[in-house]
Amino acid sequence: MRGNHVVAEAAVRAGCRFYFGYPITPQNEIPEYMSERLSKLEGGVFIQAESEVASIHMVIGASMAGGRAMTSSSGPGISLKQEGISFLSALELPAVIVNMSRGGPGLGNIAPSQSDYFQATRGGGHGDYRNIVLAPNSCQELANLTFEAFDLADQYRTPVIILGDGMLGQMMEPVEFPVEIQTKKLPHKDWTLTGAKGRPSRFLRSLILDPFEEEEHNWKLMRKYEKITKEEVRWETSFAEDAKLMVVAFGIAARIAKGAIMRLREEGLKVGLIRPISLWPFPYKVIKEFTKKIKHFFVFEMNMGQMIEDVKLALEGNGEVHFYGRPGGIILTPLEISRVISSYYYQKKLG
Amino acid sequence: MKKVFSRPKSLKKTPFHYCPGCGHSLLHRIIGEVIDEMNLQEKIIGVPPAGCAVLAYFYFDIDMGEASHGRGAALATGMKRALPDRIVFTYQGDGDIAAIGTAETIHAASRGENFTTIFVNNGVYGMTGGQMAPTTILGQTTTTSPGGRKERRDGFPINLSEMLAVAKGSAYIERTAVNTPANILKTKKAIAKAFRVQMEGYGFSLVEVLSPCPTNWKMDTVESCKWIDEVMTVHFPLGILKDITGDKKGAH
Repeated sequence: MRGNHVVAEAAVRAGCRFYFGYPITPQNEIPEYMSERLSKLEGGVFIQAESEVASIHMVIGASMAGGRAMTSSSGPGISLKQEGISFLSALELPAVIVNMSRGGPGLGNIAPSQSDYFQATRGGGHGDYRNIVLAPNSCQELANLTFEAFDLADQYRTPVIILGDGMLGQMMEPVEFPVEIQTKKLPHKDWTLTGAKGRPSRFLRSLILDPFEEEEHNWKLMRKYEKITKEEVRWETSFAEDAKLMVVAFGIAARIAKGAIMRLREEGLKVGLIRPISLWPFPYKVIKEFTKKIKHFFVFEMNMGQMIEDVKLALEGNGEVHFYGRPGGIILTPLEISRVISSYYYQKKLG
Repeated sequence: MKKVFSRPKSLKKTPFHYCPGCGHSLLHRIIGEVIDEMNLQEKIIGVPPAGCAVLAYFYFDIDMGEASHGRGAALATGMKRALPDRIVFTYQGDGDIAAIGTAETIHAASRGENFTTIFVNNGVYGMTGGQMAPTTILGQTTTTSPGGRKERRDGFPINLSEMLAVAKGSAYIERTAVNTPANILKTKKAIAKAFRVQMEGYGFSLVEVLSPCPTNWKMDTVESCKWIDEVMTVHFPLGILKDITGDKKGAH
């Protein structure tokens, strides 16, 4: 199945009944799939909105009503959604937002790129907030993380971003879906707006004029973010046992890097891989732990260097970081990246 | 003794913060009365805007979900599609609906989204201090149209309701005012009709209410009410702009 179809099908199986979106390449297969799938499902709602701005606010409306809601886009469209993502965070509403990112800034191009790392992990819109950001590197992981994304969004009442790229969205791989969720069996939400029948009326708002109350709201969000930081860090390491050099890469770049590392291992170079799966919360501790035995880190990204800032924060000065990035939608082959890693490896006299 | 006047059940016991002579308090009360009379308190959800009425959830004793500036129609779309058997209404000012939220509103109406919009037109941005609105009429002075709105410099005002009446998906559009007792009663009937239109599933319904803003118009209350009759209604004529229900008597 194609990545874009995978995330759409996984969302429906995870109980998503409300999809609102706007066409943009390279993620058009998501709204196309959803329009067909949801129209055949009882209670399913698909709207091709007039804009990205409208679609994220439709997500807000459906989420306030208690539904599992999703929207998807790519780079420029995600920029337009930032207003709504800030509101989702302030209103503490669950939602899943998929970004099959492309080359930027501006219109950029439609080739795969990882240039939206900062936008996704730093909040992206106005105000003091974070999004949970999950970065799958295969269609199977995309399916699994889509299920997790909806659960995390509901559990923490916060927007979750699935950060893929044009390559993940377009590539085809076999996938086994997790067990379908029965929407009726999802945990009850005691904060939704459904009409005040047999209970006091409720309201959801993000305007808090009193600075002391707004500060309290910010602390409340922060406590939630601290809990997420403690409990929801996801990562994967490979070839780490005897490594002298660790490559840090996420998403599709990590998959390419892994191919390069397998090649380097054949040549006897002791190179390992750390792949952050949750980009926020970022696996700072995991990386720091490695500095006890490894001093050299090699960050590879399909951008000009964004995640490298988190890697440096993780190292706290206890290691040397080398960066190699290709922005603009360039996709490296494992062979090319293996050459860059290898030259750095020998330059640092690690082998 | 028989009680002849009391607070609507669907309004909380919170005093309004609105300026003296402002139309919002009146309109809140009318909506509250309609909700009570139609027995909707337990199945209605309101969407307040950014603007003077942003605190509406402190006054209405019903479920309410705040929208960001201009996005009421999109939010209400998602909400009503998720809860088709509830009554959903947005409460929006002129800047909210006819400037920053024009796209959301026109497309919701065109899709025939089955919710109701109460569009409060007072011709200024009230909460931010009286700047020019999309409905500020030519010649009207605001803090950003000094010397009066001029078409060459500021462009023409927008008659949004007329535009929405053209949309194939809109079912009922009426413009009323809250400047006289007779107009207040008409407004109340129009809101009740709009809710009925929604309950019967006809599609998008909207009541535009010309409403006084004495503070930003720099007039007293009596002058403001007169100004609506004498000036504002010339540019924004009152009456039913669209009604597909076939109810020949209209709202009144």
